[in-house]
Amino acid sequence: MDVALALAWLRASAGAVAAESDRLTRLDSAIGDGDHGVNMNRGFAAVVAALDATPPDAVGALFVKAGGTLISKVGGASGPLYGSALRALGKALPPGPEVELAALAGGLEAGLEAVRKLGGAEPGDKTIVDAYRPALDAFEEAVAGGADLAGAAAAAARAADEGARATTAMQARKGRASYLGERSIGHQDPGATSTALIFKALADVTA
Amino acid sequence: MKKFINDPADVVAEALAGLAAAHPDDLRVDVSEQYIARADAPRGGKVALVSGGGSGHEPLHGGFVGTGMLDAACPGEVFTSPVPDQILAATKAVDGGAGVVHVVKNYTGDVMNFQLAAELAADEGIAVETVLVDDDVAVENSTWTAGRRGTGATLLVEKIAGARAEEGGKLAEVAAIGREVNTASASFAYALTAGTTPAAGRPGFDLPEDEIEVGVGIHGEPGRRREKLRPARELVRSALDAILEAKPVNDGDQVIVLVNGLGGTPLLELYLVYGEVATVLAERGVRVARRLVGNYVTSLDMAGMSLTVTRVTDEMIRLWDAPVRTPGLRWGA
Repeated sequence: MDVALALAWLRASAGAVAAESDRLTRLDSAIGDGDHGVNMNRGFAAVVAALDATPPDAVGALFVKAGGTLISKVGGASGPLYGSALRALGKALPPGPEVELAALAGGLEAGLEAVRKLGGAEPGDKTIVDAYRPALDAFEEAVAGGADLAGAAAAAARAADEGARATTAMQARKGRASYLGERSIGHQDPGATSTALIFKALADVTA
Repeated sequence: MKKFINDPADVVAEALAGLAAAHPDDLRVDVSEQYIARADAPRGGKVALVSGGGSGHEPLHGGFVGTGMLDAACPGEVFTSPVPDQILAATKAVDGGAGVVHVVKNYTGDVMNFQLAAELAADEGIAVETVLVDDDVAVENSTWTAGRRGTGATLLVEKIAGARAEEGGKLAEVAAIGREVNTASASFAYALTAGTTPAAGRPGFDLPEDEIEVGVGIHGEPGRRREKLRPARELVRSALDAILEAKPVNDGDQVIVLVNGLGGTPLLELYLVYGEVATVLAERGVRVARRLVGNYVTSLDMAGMSLTVTRVTDEMIRLWDAPVRTPGLRWGA
Protein backbone atom coordinates (compact mmCIF):
# COMPACT_ATOMS: atom_id res chain seq x y z
CA MET A 1 0.00 0.00 0.00
CA ASP A 2 1.35 3.41 -0.97
CA VAL A 3 0.36 6.90 0.14
CA ALA A 4 -2.00 7.39 -2.81
CA LEU A 5 -3.83 4.15 -2.06
CA ALA A 6 -4.08 4.92 1.67
CA LEU A 7 -5.51 8.32 0.81
CA ALA A 8 -7.93 6.72 -1.63
CA TRP A 9 -9.07 4.31 1.09
CA LEU A 10 -9.82 7.11 3.55
CA ARG A 11 -11.54 9.11 0.81
CA ALA A 12 -13.68 6.11 -0.09
CA SER A 13 -14.46 5.60 3.62
CA ALA A 14 -15.58 9.21 3.85
CA GLY A 15 -17.76 8.70 0.79
CA ALA A 16 -19.26 5.53 2.24
CA VAL A 17 -20.15 7.02 5.62
CA ALA A 18 -21.61 10.07 3.88
CA ALA A 19 -23.74 7.88 1.61
CA GLU A 20 -24.83 5.64 4.50
CA SER A 21 -25.13 8.42 7.09
CA ASP A 22 -28.90 8.15 7.37
CA ARG A 23 -28.75 4.38 7.76
CA LEU A 24 -26.11 4.62 10.51
CA THR A 25 -28.23 7.21 12.29
CA ARG A 26 -31.35 5.03 12.00
CA LEU A 27 -29.49 2.05 13.46
CA ASP A 28 -28.16 4.26 16.24
CA SER A 29 -31.61 5.71 16.97
CA ALA A 30 -32.90 2.21 17.63
CA ILE A 31 -30.38 1.35 20.34
CA GLY A 32 -28.30 4.48 20.94
CA ASP A 33 -28.75 8.19 20.62
CA GLY A 34 -29.10 8.60 16.88
CA ASP A 35 -25.96 10.52 15.98
CA HIS A 36 -23.55 7.92 14.61
CA GLY A 37 -24.11 8.86 10.95
CA VAL A 38 -23.73 12.57 11.61
CA ASN A 39 -20.61 12.11 13.73
CA MET A 40 -18.85 9.71 11.36
CA ASN A 41 -19.66 11.94 8.43
CA ARG A 42 -18.30 15.03 10.20
CA GLY A 43 -15.17 13.15 11.27
CA PHE A 44 -14.24 11.59 7.93
CA ALA A 45 -14.98 14.83 6.08
CA ALA A 46 -12.51 16.50 8.45
CA VAL A 47 -9.97 13.72 7.80
CA VAL A 48 -10.15 14.23 4.04
CA ALA A 49 -9.89 18.01 4.45
CA ALA A 50 -6.86 17.69 6.76
CA LEU A 51 -5.07 15.26 4.44
CA ASP A 52 -5.83 17.38 1.35
CA ALA A 53 -4.48 20.48 3.09
CA THR A 54 -1.12 18.94 4.00
CA PRO A 55 -0.70 15.45 2.53
CA PRO A 56 1.82 13.38 4.53
CA ASP A 57 4.50 11.63 2.45
CA ALA A 58 4.51 8.40 4.48
CA VAL A 59 1.71 5.86 4.85
CA GLY A 60 2.14 5.60 8.62
CA ALA A 61 2.13 9.38 9.11
CA LEU A 62 -1.01 9.61 7.00
CA PHE A 63 -2.94 7.21 9.25
CA VAL A 64 -1.59 8.90 12.40
CA LYS A 65 -2.82 12.25 11.12
CA ALA A 66 -6.19 10.80 10.13
CA GLY A 67 -6.60 9.24 13.57
CA GLY A 68 -5.64 12.43 15.37
CA THR A 69 -8.18 14.34 13.30
CA LEU A 70 -10.96 11.91 14.23
CA ILE A 71 -10.07 12.22 17.93
CA SER A 72 -10.12 16.02 17.62
CA LYS A 73 -13.29 16.37 15.59
CA VAL A 74 -15.77 13.64 16.40
CA GLY A 75 -16.34 13.32 20.14
CA GLY A 76 -18.56 10.59 21.52
CA ALA A 77 -17.12 7.10 21.67
CA SER A 78 -16.64 6.67 17.94
CA GLY A 79 -14.10 9.51 17.69
CA PRO A 80 -11.64 8.12 20.24
CA LEU A 81 -12.19 4.52 19.09
CA TYR A 82 -11.74 4.99 15.33
CA GLY A 83 -9.15 7.71 15.94
CA SER A 84 -7.09 5.49 18.23
CA ALA A 85 -7.37 2.60 15.75
CA LEU A 86 -6.01 4.67 12.88
CA ARG A 87 -3.27 6.20 15.04
CA ALA A 88 -2.18 2.76 16.24
CA LEU A 89 -2.26 1.46 12.66
CA GLY A 90 -0.09 4.36 11.51
CA LYS A 91 2.37 4.06 14.38
CA ALA A 92 2.81 0.33 13.78
CA LEU A 93 3.79 0.80 10.14
CA PRO A 94 7.43 1.13 9.08
CA PRO A 95 8.37 4.60 7.75
CA GLY A 96 8.23 5.29 4.05
CA PRO A 97 5.88 6.00 1.17
CA GLU A 98 4.94 2.34 0.70
CA VAL A 99 4.35 -0.59 3.08
CA GLU A 100 4.29 -4.34 2.54
CA LEU A 101 1.13 -6.43 2.96
CA ALA A 102 2.44 -8.15 6.10
CA ALA A 103 3.19 -4.79 7.73
CA LEU A 104 -0.31 -3.59 6.90
CA ALA A 105 -1.78 -6.71 8.51
CA GLY A 106 0.30 -6.03 11.60
CA GLY A 107 -0.88 -2.42 11.62
CA LEU A 108 -4.52 -3.47 11.42
CA GLU A 109 -3.88 -5.81 14.36
CA ALA A 110 -2.45 -2.88 16.36
CA GLY A 111 -5.54 -0.84 15.45
CA LEU A 112 -7.86 -3.52 16.82
CA GLU A 113 -5.77 -3.78 19.97
CA ALA A 114 -6.14 -0.02 20.50
CA VAL A 115 -9.91 -0.29 20.19
CA ARG A 116 -10.06 -3.14 22.66
CA LYS A 117 -7.75 -1.39 25.11
CA LEU A 118 -9.72 1.85 25.08
CA GLY A 119 -13.23 0.39 24.96
CA GLY A 120 -12.67 -2.86 26.79
CA ALA A 121 -14.95 -4.71 24.39
CA GLU A 122 -14.62 -8.41 23.62
CA PRO A 123 -16.09 -10.27 20.64
CA GLY A 124 -19.82 -10.76 21.23
CA ASP A 125 -20.34 -7.45 23.06
CA LYS A 126 -22.12 -5.96 20.00
CA THR A 127 -19.52 -3.37 19.09
CA ILE A 128 -16.98 -2.37 16.41
CA VAL A 129 -14.93 -5.39 17.52
CA ASP A 130 -17.55 -7.77 16.13
CA ALA A 131 -16.85 -6.57 12.60
CA TYR A 132 -13.17 -5.71 13.02
CA ARG A 133 -12.04 -9.04 14.55
CA PRO A 134 -13.49 -11.30 11.81
CA ALA A 135 -12.34 -8.87 9.11
CA LEU A 136 -8.79 -9.00 10.43
CA ASP A 137 -8.88 -12.79 10.75
CA ALA A 138 -10.02 -13.08 7.14
CA PHE A 139 -7.39 -10.58 6.00
CA GLU A 140 -4.58 -12.46 7.73
CA GLU A 141 -5.83 -15.83 6.52
CA ALA A 142 -5.93 -14.56 2.93
CA VAL A 143 -2.43 -13.11 3.24
CA ALA A 144 -1.14 -16.40 4.66
CA GLY A 145 -2.78 -18.16 1.71
CA GLY A 146 -0.85 -16.02 -0.73
CA ALA A 147 -3.55 -13.48 -1.61
CA ASP A 148 -2.61 -9.98 -2.74
CA LEU A 149 -3.99 -6.83 -1.10
CA ALA A 150 -7.11 -6.86 -3.29
CA GLY A 151 -7.86 -10.45 -2.37
CA ALA A 152 -7.23 -9.94 1.33
CA ALA A 153 -9.29 -6.76 1.39
CA ALA A 154 -12.19 -8.47 -0.37
CA ALA A 155 -12.12 -11.31 2.16
CA ALA A 156 -11.97 -8.81 5.04
CA ALA A 157 -14.90 -6.83 3.66
CA ARG A 158 -17.05 -9.95 3.39
CA ALA A 159 -16.16 -11.05 6.92
CA ALA A 160 -16.77 -7.56 8.34
CA ASP A 161 -20.19 -7.44 6.72
CA GLU A 162 -21.10 -10.88 8.07
CA GLY A 163 -19.78 -9.86 11.49
CA ALA A 164 -21.85 -6.69 11.48
CA ARG A 165 -24.98 -8.62 10.50
CA ALA A 166 -24.33 -11.13 13.28
CA THR A 167 -24.53 -8.33 15.87
CA THR A 168 -28.30 -8.20 15.33
CA ALA A 169 -28.78 -11.26 17.52
CA MET A 170 -26.43 -10.04 20.26
CA GLN A 171 -27.26 -8.28 23.50
CA ALA A 172 -25.09 -5.18 23.90
CA ARG A 173 -22.65 -5.25 26.79
CA LYS A 174 -20.68 -2.09 26.04
CA GLY A 175 -21.57 1.48 25.11
CA ARG A 176 -24.90 3.18 25.23
CA ALA A 177 -26.84 0.25 23.77
CA SER A 178 -25.97 -1.77 26.87
CA TYR A 179 -28.44 0.34 28.88
CA LEU A 180 -31.23 -1.32 26.92
CA GLY A 181 -30.42 -4.80 28.16
CA GLU A 182 -32.39 -7.40 26.20
CA ARG A 183 -34.08 -4.69 24.17
CA SER A 184 -30.82 -4.24 22.25
CA ILE A 185 -31.36 -7.68 20.67
CA GLY A 186 -32.78 -7.57 17.14
CA HIS A 187 -30.93 -4.42 16.04
CA GLN A 188 -27.69 -4.34 14.06
CA ASP A 189 -24.91 -2.47 15.85
CA PRO A 190 -24.14 0.90 14.24
CA GLY A 191 -20.43 0.77 15.15
CA ALA A 192 -19.96 -2.68 13.64
CA THR A 193 -21.85 -1.43 10.59
CA SER A 194 -19.55 1.56 10.07
CA THR A 195 -16.54 -0.72 10.50
CA ALA A 196 -17.90 -2.93 7.72
CA LEU A 197 -18.26 0.16 5.51
CA ILE A 198 -14.60 1.05 6.08
CA PHE A 199 -13.39 -2.45 5.16
CA LYS A 200 -15.65 -2.41 2.11
CA ALA A 201 -14.05 0.90 1.12
CA LEU A 202 -10.62 -0.80 1.26
CA ALA A 203 -11.90 -3.62 -0.94
CA ASP A 204 -13.41 -1.13 -3.40
CA VAL A 205 -10.24 0.91 -3.85
CA THR A 206 -7.97 -2.13 -4.18
CA ALA A 207 -10.23 -4.14 -6.51
CA MET B 1 -40.56 19.03 14.41
CA LYS B 2 -40.37 22.83 14.56
CA LYS B 3 -37.39 24.48 16.27
CA PHE B 4 -35.99 27.97 16.73
CA ILE B 5 -32.81 27.39 14.79
CA ASN B 6 -31.03 28.69 11.71
CA ASP B 7 -29.07 25.68 10.48
CA PRO B 8 -28.92 22.40 12.43
CA ALA B 9 -25.13 22.35 12.00
CA ASP B 10 -24.73 25.72 13.75
CA VAL B 11 -26.97 25.19 16.79
CA VAL B 12 -24.26 24.55 19.39
CA ALA B 13 -21.95 27.37 18.26
CA GLU B 14 -24.80 29.87 17.99
CA ALA B 15 -26.21 28.90 21.39
CA LEU B 16 -22.73 29.35 22.85
CA ALA B 17 -22.51 32.84 21.34
CA GLY B 18 -25.93 33.61 22.79
CA LEU B 19 -24.92 32.38 26.26
CA ALA B 20 -21.89 34.67 26.12
CA ALA B 21 -24.03 37.63 25.06
CA ALA B 22 -26.54 36.95 27.83
CA HIS B 23 -23.97 36.77 30.65
CA PRO B 24 -21.20 39.20 29.68
CA ASP B 25 -20.16 39.98 33.26
CA ASP B 26 -20.00 36.45 34.65
CA LEU B 27 -18.86 34.25 31.77
CA ARG B 28 -16.06 34.20 29.23
CA VAL B 29 -16.90 32.06 26.24
CA ASP B 30 -14.21 30.88 23.85
CA VAL B 31 -16.19 30.17 20.72
CA SER B 32 -13.28 28.77 18.72
CA GLU B 33 -12.04 26.38 21.46
CA GLN B 34 -15.67 25.76 22.48
CA TYR B 35 -15.63 26.22 26.23
CA ILE B 36 -17.35 28.41 28.78
CA ALA B 37 -15.29 29.74 31.70
CA ARG B 38 -15.82 31.97 34.69
CA ALA B 39 -14.97 35.52 33.77
CA ASP B 40 -12.51 35.67 36.68
CA ALA B 41 -10.69 32.40 35.86
CA PRO B 42 -8.02 31.32 36.46
CA ARG B 43 -8.07 32.03 40.18
CA GLY B 44 -4.62 31.50 41.64
CA GLY B 45 -4.48 28.80 44.29
CA LYS B 46 -8.07 27.64 43.80
CA VAL B 47 -8.86 24.11 42.65
CA ALA B 48 -10.75 24.41 39.37
CA LEU B 49 -13.74 22.29 38.36
CA VAL B 50 -14.24 21.44 34.71
CA SER B 51 -17.15 19.46 33.38
CA GLY B 52 -18.67 18.88 30.02
CA GLY B 53 -20.74 16.57 27.92
CA GLY B 54 -23.01 16.61 24.96
CA SER B 55 -25.15 19.67 24.36
CA GLY B 56 -28.90 19.38 24.84
CA HIS B 57 -28.85 19.07 28.65
CA GLU B 58 -28.98 22.79 29.42
CA PRO B 59 -28.56 24.37 31.88
CA LEU B 60 -26.08 21.51 32.54
CA HIS B 61 -23.11 22.15 32.19
CA GLY B 62 -22.51 25.64 30.84
CA GLY B 63 -25.30 27.09 32.96
CA PHE B 64 -23.48 25.93 36.09
CA VAL B 65 -20.28 27.87 35.43
CA GLY B 66 -19.69 30.62 37.96
CA THR B 67 -18.87 31.40 41.56
CA GLY B 68 -19.28 28.37 43.80
CA MET B 69 -19.74 25.79 41.06
CA LEU B 70 -17.84 25.07 37.83
CA ASP B 71 -14.85 27.04 36.54
CA ALA B 72 -15.38 25.82 32.99
CA ALA B 73 -17.66 23.65 30.89
CA CYS B 74 -17.08 22.06 27.49
CA PRO B 75 -20.20 21.50 25.42
CA GLY B 76 -19.93 18.86 22.72
CA GLU B 77 -22.24 18.49 19.76
CA VAL B 78 -25.82 17.60 20.70
CA PHE B 79 -25.70 14.41 22.81
CA THR B 80 -22.04 13.90 21.86
CA SER B 81 -19.20 14.24 24.31
CA PRO B 82 -16.68 17.04 23.85
CA VAL B 83 -13.31 16.23 22.26
CA PRO B 84 -10.00 16.01 24.16
CA ASP B 85 -8.55 19.24 22.64
CA GLN B 86 -11.54 21.18 23.90
CA ILE B 87 -11.35 19.71 27.42
CA LEU B 88 -7.59 20.35 27.52
CA ALA B 89 -8.05 23.98 26.44
CA ALA B 90 -10.66 24.54 29.17
CA THR B 91 -8.49 22.78 31.77
CA LYS B 92 -5.49 24.96 30.94
CA ALA B 93 -7.60 28.12 30.86
CA VAL B 94 -8.89 27.72 34.42
CA ASP B 95 -6.00 25.96 36.16
CA GLY B 96 -4.93 28.18 39.01
CA GLY B 97 -2.02 25.99 39.99
CA ALA B 98 -3.92 23.98 42.61
CA GLY B 99 -5.12 21.27 40.26
CA VAL B 100 -8.27 20.59 38.28
CA VAL B 101 -11.20 18.28 38.99
CA HIS B 102 -12.96 16.80 35.97
CA VAL B 103 -16.59 15.96 36.68
CA VAL B 104 -17.49 13.27 34.15
CA LYS B 105 -20.84 11.60 33.59
CA ASN B 106 -20.43 7.87 33.09
CA TYR B 107 -20.98 7.43 29.37
CA THR B 108 -18.50 5.58 27.21
CA GLY B 109 -17.73 8.59 25.02
CA ASP B 110 -17.43 11.10 27.87
CA VAL B 111 -15.16 8.79 29.85
CA MET B 112 -12.83 8.17 26.86
CA ASN B 113 -12.54 11.82 25.81
CA PHE B 114 -11.97 13.08 29.37
CA GLN B 115 -9.41 10.32 29.93
CA LEU B 116 -7.47 11.36 26.83
CA ALA B 117 -7.68 15.02 27.93
CA ALA B 118 -6.49 14.20 31.47
CA GLU B 119 -3.46 12.39 30.00
CA LEU B 120 -2.66 15.42 27.83
CA ALA B 121 -3.06 17.75 30.84
CA ALA B 122 -0.75 15.57 32.93
CA ASP B 123 1.84 15.84 30.13
CA GLU B 124 1.65 19.62 30.61
CA GLY B 125 2.11 19.34 34.36
CA ILE B 126 -1.48 19.92 35.44
CA ALA B 127 -2.75 17.66 38.24
CA VAL B 128 -6.19 16.30 37.31
CA GLU B 129 -8.55 14.27 39.49
CA THR B 130 -11.60 12.74 37.85
CA VAL B 131 -14.95 12.38 39.62
CA LEU B 132 -17.17 9.94 37.76
CA VAL B 133 -20.92 10.38 38.22
CA ASP B 134 -23.03 7.22 37.89
CA ASP B 135 -26.28 7.67 39.78
CA ASP B 136 -28.92 6.26 37.42
CA VAL B 137 -30.21 3.11 39.10
CA ALA B 138 -32.38 2.14 36.12
CA VAL B 139 -29.22 0.60 34.67
CA GLU B 140 -27.82 -2.46 36.32
CA ASN B 141 -24.28 -1.86 37.45
CA SER B 142 -22.65 -5.01 36.22
CA THR B 143 -19.90 -6.20 34.00
CA TRP B 144 -22.59 -6.70 31.37
CA THR B 145 -23.23 -3.00 30.81
CA ALA B 146 -21.23 0.19 30.48
CA GLY B 147 -22.29 0.81 34.09
CA ARG B 148 -24.80 3.22 35.56
CA ARG B 149 -25.27 6.52 33.76
CA GLY B 150 -24.54 9.95 35.15
CA THR B 151 -27.74 12.01 35.39
CA GLY B 152 -29.32 14.30 38.00
CA ALA B 153 -26.67 13.77 40.68
CA THR B 154 -24.22 15.63 38.44
CA LEU B 155 -25.82 18.88 39.60
CA LEU B 156 -25.31 17.96 43.27
CA VAL B 157 -21.71 16.87 42.68
CA GLU B 158 -20.91 20.11 40.85
CA LYS B 159 -22.63 22.29 43.48
CA ILE B 160 -21.17 20.64 46.57
CA ALA B 161 -17.65 20.02 45.24
CA GLY B 162 -17.72 23.50 43.69
CA ALA B 163 -18.48 25.03 47.08
CA ARG B 164 -15.64 23.06 48.65
CA ALA B 165 -13.23 24.39 46.02
CA GLU B 166 -14.52 27.95 46.43
CA GLU B 167 -13.73 27.95 50.15
CA GLY B 168 -10.17 26.74 49.53
CA GLY B 169 -10.43 22.94 49.57
CA LYS B 170 -7.42 21.06 48.25
CA LEU B 171 -7.56 18.96 45.08
CA ALA B 172 -7.95 15.66 46.93
CA GLU B 173 -10.61 17.09 49.25
CA VAL B 174 -12.68 18.55 46.44
CA ALA B 175 -12.54 15.29 44.51
CA ALA B 176 -13.33 13.28 47.64
CA ILE B 177 -16.50 15.18 48.52
CA GLY B 178 -17.60 14.97 44.89
CA ARG B 179 -17.21 11.20 44.96
CA GLU B 180 -19.03 10.97 48.29
CA VAL B 181 -21.99 12.87 46.88
CA ASN B 182 -22.10 10.56 43.88
CA THR B 183 -21.94 7.45 46.06
CA ALA B 184 -24.78 8.78 48.20
CA SER B 185 -27.02 9.51 45.19
CA ALA B 186 -29.52 7.53 43.16
CA SER B 187 -31.75 8.63 40.29
CA PHE B 188 -34.58 7.23 38.18
CA ALA B 189 -36.34 8.75 35.14
CA TYR B 190 -39.49 8.40 33.07
CA ALA B 191 -40.18 9.78 29.59
CA LEU B 192 -43.60 10.60 28.16
CA THR B 193 -42.19 11.60 24.75
CA ALA B 194 -38.82 11.41 23.03
CA GLY B 195 -36.71 14.49 22.46
CA THR B 196 -35.86 15.68 18.95
CA THR B 197 -32.26 16.52 18.04
CA PRO B 198 -31.85 19.45 15.63
CA ALA B 199 -29.89 17.23 13.23
CA ALA B 200 -32.41 14.37 13.14
CA GLY B 201 -35.45 16.65 13.11
CA ARG B 202 -37.69 13.84 14.31
CA PRO B 203 -38.21 12.28 17.74
CA GLY B 204 -35.64 9.66 18.78
CA PHE B 205 -38.38 7.10 19.32
CA ASP B 206 -42.14 6.87 19.02
CA LEU B 207 -44.33 6.24 22.02
CA PRO B 208 -48.02 5.37 21.79
CA GLU B 209 -50.30 7.92 23.47
CA ASP B 210 -50.87 5.69 26.51
CA GLU B 211 -47.32 4.40 27.04
CA ILE B 212 -44.20 5.69 28.81
CA GLU B 213 -40.50 4.79 28.73
CA VAL B 214 -39.30 3.62 32.11
CA GLY B 215 -35.68 4.17 33.12
CA VAL B 216 -34.65 6.50 30.30
CA GLY B 217 -31.33 8.29 30.17
CA ILE B 218 -30.77 11.86 29.04
CA HIS B 219 -29.77 11.24 25.42
CA GLY B 220 -33.04 10.17 23.89
CA GLU B 221 -31.94 6.57 24.12
CA PRO B 222 -34.91 4.33 24.87
CA GLY B 223 -35.37 3.13 28.44
CA ARG B 224 -35.32 -0.26 30.06
CA ARG B 225 -38.91 -1.04 29.17
CA ARG B 226 -42.26 0.42 28.20
CA GLU B 227 -45.27 0.50 30.45
CA LYS B 228 -48.79 1.85 30.37
CA LEU B 229 -49.06 5.36 31.74
CA ARG B 230 -50.15 5.33 35.39
CA PRO B 231 -51.09 8.12 37.82
CA ALA B 232 -48.12 10.22 38.97
CA ARG B 233 -48.56 8.99 42.53
CA GLU B 234 -47.86 5.39 41.41
CA LEU B 235 -44.94 6.32 39.14
CA VAL B 236 -43.28 8.29 41.94
CA ARG B 237 -43.70 5.38 44.32
CA SER B 238 -42.13 2.93 41.84
CA ALA B 239 -39.20 5.27 41.15
CA LEU B 240 -38.55 5.83 44.84
CA ASP B 241 -38.73 2.06 45.44
CA ALA B 242 -35.95 1.57 42.88
CA ILE B 243 -33.92 4.48 44.28
CA LEU B 244 -34.20 3.44 47.92
CA GLU B 245 -33.53 -0.20 47.13
CA ALA B 246 -30.29 0.74 45.37
CA LYS B 247 -29.18 3.32 47.95
CA PRO B 248 -31.02 2.61 51.21
CA VAL B 249 -31.90 5.56 53.42
CA ASN B 250 -32.37 4.84 57.09
CA ASP B 251 -34.96 6.27 59.42
CA GLY B 252 -33.88 9.77 60.37
CA ASP B 253 -31.35 10.18 57.55
CA GLN B 254 -31.33 13.53 55.79
CA VAL B 255 -31.58 13.83 52.02
CA ILE B 256 -31.49 16.39 49.25
CA VAL B 257 -34.16 15.71 46.61
CA LEU B 258 -33.99 16.86 43.01
CA VAL B 259 -37.18 16.69 40.96
CA ASN B 260 -35.81 17.37 37.52
CA GLY B 261 -37.71 18.05 34.34
CA LEU B 262 -36.25 16.62 31.13
CA GLY B 263 -37.06 19.74 29.12
CA GLY B 264 -40.65 19.38 27.98
CA THR B 265 -42.54 18.95 31.24
CA PRO B 266 -44.31 21.95 32.83
CA LEU B 267 -43.34 23.05 36.33
CA LEU B 268 -46.97 22.50 37.28
CA GLU B 269 -46.42 18.75 36.86
CA LEU B 270 -42.97 18.82 38.48
CA TYR B 271 -44.41 20.42 41.62
CA LEU B 272 -47.21 17.87 41.64
CA VAL B 273 -44.51 15.18 41.47
CA TYR B 274 -42.56 16.82 44.29
CA GLY B 275 -45.68 16.73 46.45
CA GLU B 276 -45.94 12.98 45.91
CA VAL B 277 -42.22 12.53 46.65
CA ALA B 278 -42.56 14.48 49.91
CA THR B 279 -45.51 12.31 50.97
CA VAL B 280 -43.72 9.02 50.28
CA LEU B 281 -40.46 10.09 51.95
CA ALA B 282 -42.36 11.34 55.03
CA GLU B 283 -44.08 7.95 55.29
CA ARG B 284 -40.67 6.30 55.33
CA GLY B 285 -39.21 8.56 57.98
CA VAL B 286 -36.78 10.28 55.60
CA ARG B 287 -36.03 13.91 56.40
CA VAL B 288 -35.82 16.12 53.32
CA ALA B 289 -33.18 18.68 54.26
CA ARG B 290 -33.20 20.57 50.94
CA ARG B 291 -35.03 20.20 47.67
CA LEU B 292 -34.81 21.57 44.15
CA VAL B 293 -37.60 21.45 41.55
CA GLY B 294 -37.11 22.49 37.94
CA ASN B 295 -35.45 21.78 34.60
CA TYR B 296 -31.74 21.33 35.33
CA VAL B 297 -30.44 18.20 33.58
CA THR B 298 -32.54 18.06 30.46
CA SER B 299 -32.81 16.01 27.31
CA LEU B 300 -33.73 18.69 24.76
CA ASP B 301 -37.54 18.82 24.56
CA MET B 302 -38.25 15.42 26.07
CA ALA B 303 -41.36 15.38 28.22
CA GLY B 304 -40.34 13.47 31.30
CA MET B 305 -38.81 13.78 34.70
CA SER B 306 -36.14 12.27 36.88
CA LEU B 307 -35.95 11.91 40.63
CA THR B 308 -32.63 12.09 42.46
CA VAL B 309 -32.25 11.35 46.16
CA THR B 310 -28.90 12.07 47.83
CA ARG B 311 -28.28 11.04 51.43
CA VAL B 312 -26.38 13.96 52.87
CA THR B 313 -24.21 14.79 55.84
CA ASP B 314 -24.38 18.12 57.67
CA GLU B 315 -21.20 19.06 55.84
CA MET B 316 -22.83 18.44 52.46
CA ILE B 317 -25.82 20.56 53.48
CA ARG B 318 -23.50 23.37 54.53
CA LEU B 319 -21.78 23.23 51.13
CA TRP B 320 -25.14 23.01 49.33
CA ASP B 321 -26.21 26.21 51.09
CA ALA B 322 -22.99 28.05 50.25
CA PRO B 323 -23.31 30.97 47.81
CA VAL B 324 -23.59 30.12 44.14
CA ARG B 325 -23.82 32.50 41.20
CA THR B 326 -24.32 30.83 37.83
CA PRO B 327 -26.84 31.27 35.01
CA GLY B 328 -28.68 28.11 36.06
CA LEU B 329 -28.38 28.11 39.85
CA ARG B 330 -28.09 31.17 42.04
CA TRP B 331 -28.49 31.83 45.72
CA GLY B 332 -26.67 33.68 48.49
CA ALA B 333 -24.43 35.53 46.04
